[in-house]
Amino acid sequence: MTALAKRIGLMLGLPAVLFALWWFGSAGSTDFYRPPLQRILVAFKETWFGSRIVDDVLPSLARLAVGYAVAVAFGVALGTAIGLSPRLRALVEPVLEFLRAIPPPVVVPVLMLFAGIGDLMKVLVIVSGALWPVLLNTVEGVRAVDEILLDTSRSYGVRGLNRLRYTILPAASPQIFTGARQSLSIAIILMVISEMFAASSGLGFTVVQFQRGFQIPEMWSGVLLLGLLGVALAALFRLVEHRVLAWYHGQRQAHRSW
Amino acid sequence: MLEVNRLHKVYDGHGRRVAAIGDLTFRVGDGELACVVGPSGCGKTTLLRTIAGLLRPTAGEVRIDGTLVTGPPPGLAVVFQEYGRSLFPWMRVADNVDLPLRAKHLGSDQRRHLVRDALAAVGLSDAHHAYPWQLSGGMQQRVAIARAIAYQPRVLLMDEPFAAVDAQTRADLEDLIRSVWRRLGVTLLFVTHDIDESVYLGQHVIMLSHAPTFVADELAIDLPDTRDQLTTRADPRFTTLRAHVYAQVQRAKRDVAGTGIASEPQHPDSR
Amino acid sequence: MSRATPTEQGRPVPPALLGLIGLVSFAALLEIAPRIGLVPGRYVPPTSRIAVALADQASRSGFWRALVDTLRTWALGLLIAVVAGVAAGVAIGSVPALRAIASSTVEFLRPIPSVALIPLVVVLYGIGITSTVVLVVYASFWQVLVQVLHGVADVDPVARDTARSYRLGRRRQIVHLVWPTALPYVVTGVRLAASVALVLAITGELVIGSPGLGSAIAVAQASDAVPAMYALIVVTGLIGLLANLLTRAVERRVLAWHPAIRREEPA
Repeated sequence: MTALAKRIGLMLGLPAVLFALWWFGSAGSTDFYRPPLQRILVAFKETWFGSRIVDDVLPSLARLAVGYAVAVAFGVALGTAIGLSPRLRALVEPVLEFLRAIPPPVVVPVLMLFAGIGDLMKVLVIVSGALWPVLLNTVEGVRAVDEILLDTSRSYGVRGLNRLRYTILPAASPQIFTGARQSLSIAIILMVISEMFAASSGLGFTVVQFQRGFQIPEMWSGVLLLGLLGVALAALFRLVEHRVLAWYHGQRQAHRSW
Repeated sequence: MLEVNRLHKVYDGHGRRVAAIGDLTFRVGDGELACVVGPSGCGKTTLLRTIAGLLRPTAGEVRIDGTLVTGPPPGLAVVFQEYGRSLFPWMRVADNVDLPLRAKHLGSDQRRHLVRDALAAVGLSDAHHAYPWQLSGGMQQRVAIARAIAYQPRVLLMDEPFAAVDAQTRADLEDLIRSVWRRLGVTLLFVTHDIDESVYLGQHVIMLSHAPTFVADELAIDLPDTRDQLTTRADPRFTTLRAHVYAQVQRAKRDVAGTGIASEPQHPDSR
Repeated sequence: MSRATPTEQGRPVPPALLGLIGLVSFAALLEIAPRIGLVPGRYVPPTSRIAVALADQASRSGFWRALVDTLRTWALGLLIAVVAGVAAGVAIGSVPALRAIASSTVEFLRPIPSVALIPLVVVLYGIGITSTVVLVVYASFWQVLVQVLHGVADVDPVARDTARSYRLGRRRQIVHLVWPTALPYVVTGVRLAASVALVLAITGELVIGSPGLGSAIAVAQASDAVPAMYALIVVTGLIGLLANLLTRAVERRVLAWHPAIRREEPA
């Protein structure tokens, strides 16, 4: 237990130190654009703990969740299909490489044409950008499943859906998770951008409004919130990954100690 | 009964055609334990994979109980050399043994019994809940063997299963295999590069030539049915049989068979 | 690493040919679909119209100026990020106390989305190139730093002990021991940072309005010049592709000299 406590301590201790540095470093600031941390925290409390949670924050998070879930589901499904067929892979690889090289935010103007500035557009934006890392990593993970595992499955008659469920997907899961993690960062970025660029509500939109209205402490508080969001989601992801991939980490640990 | 008739396997690899197997013919009777030995590079693994239905022969055929093998046949189990890569690291030991049974659509009660008995037969009753990578190499190979046992195959193929394991563990595993074989009455084809092992284990040793492979010689092992590491290996008959096999393998290493398609140049021998 | 296992089938269609077929089919699909009404032609112009718009763009000086602006932002931001990342990585990696807390620090700070800084950067630096460069540097820095930290941590302890027993000063150690070990990681870091940098450069131009392809796309969209917008998007894709190929080629070259080839580790 003390190892865990130490880790948590290390994890929380560091942000605490950074916060302290920020607090004391900015304490006496009279710069309009760089207010003291204290003012920012006050603004934080006033701004975000009200109706904004329901009006802006939760909808943004909901869109993020839906977009991310769709991207991952689609990416894994498509990626598995492509990864299993070398011919299909050769066929679509160049097209995929080109499509994924397009910087994700660029689809915002495109999708605005189709879908206006409503929820659908924002979710589509998230999906269209977050799809790629998980798709491509799934293709790679499925392609690279150990030959011996495949032979073992074949000789024991583990076929079709069984093979997918018990052999292919678990074997590819470490790589899939790598992709899913990258997809998460992209999804967050796109959620924010879609709201900054073209929206009438949401987290990103609110922060940009503050910026345009020169409400600086409120703006900083929004930036802070976005930062915390990113950190919190990353931590959540790591938690899930640690449980699902416990076998993988255990195996790597065992190999290292040989 | 396992029949291999005029088996011929050629690989098309990067513009080169490699004849791994030239012309192989042999039989393994029902419930027999036959060992296959040969110099390295003689296509032993290719042979095993072809019998297992994982590869298709270029010519010739493999029949099990009269039925032609065109893909992995039911009732056949394989134990690979690389146990670390053939056990599923995301499943516990018991689940690993259970998986092929699930694919066979057996009931859960029956599966539980089979798993328990198989793991007991290999001496791993305590390891049900461990992950394979938590176990030593020898124990992992036992799990692979238990998995094959639980599957209740009629034919069991083993591809140099003890090559990657230390000598003491190997001796234990050899004895384990013989006892498992006796109990199950399974037809067992055991591929090895270890000449002593082939004589110790087998009722019948098939010696292969250099690639492109053919059967250079076959030998019936007339040692007593009950064997053990100390007395059997000290038996003068063992020494004679062993010498025969050794001489044959040495001969195979030196000759390069000149039949058929050009073979891949082998690594120069260290002698 | 390609597998050397021989193929089981007869003569397979070479993958390069399949890839080409895939590309051509994609372009053909994009040509036909709008024309037969499968997708709204107003919003998804056929490939031919996009190609024409592309040619048209290439004839305008405004396009080339935007392209150069984007490339400049990208290169500048990447350069700063790489220098800062390497310097910070080596410095942190050489001090055991810092090294211990480095990974948790990075894991904490890294997920802060770069786009969260956009309003901040606009307020502090305006809507010119500087803002976007700051954005690019922020996002790319982490990519480089993480890789460099891996590289520095990878120094063989036996080699380090040897260096110390020969009383090689810190500077000599860094030059002869740390740097060669870290080099492949640095190259990987630059490759990863390069693609992130491009994305952020375009993002900054799109959202903030700094001069470049991103803002050109925004303008095209706002003025309903749909084929032109797609043409510009294609250009960004091509740049991304080119950058990817280039950095991979450089990486292969540099790593070819190195005994161990590093890979991006999963998880």
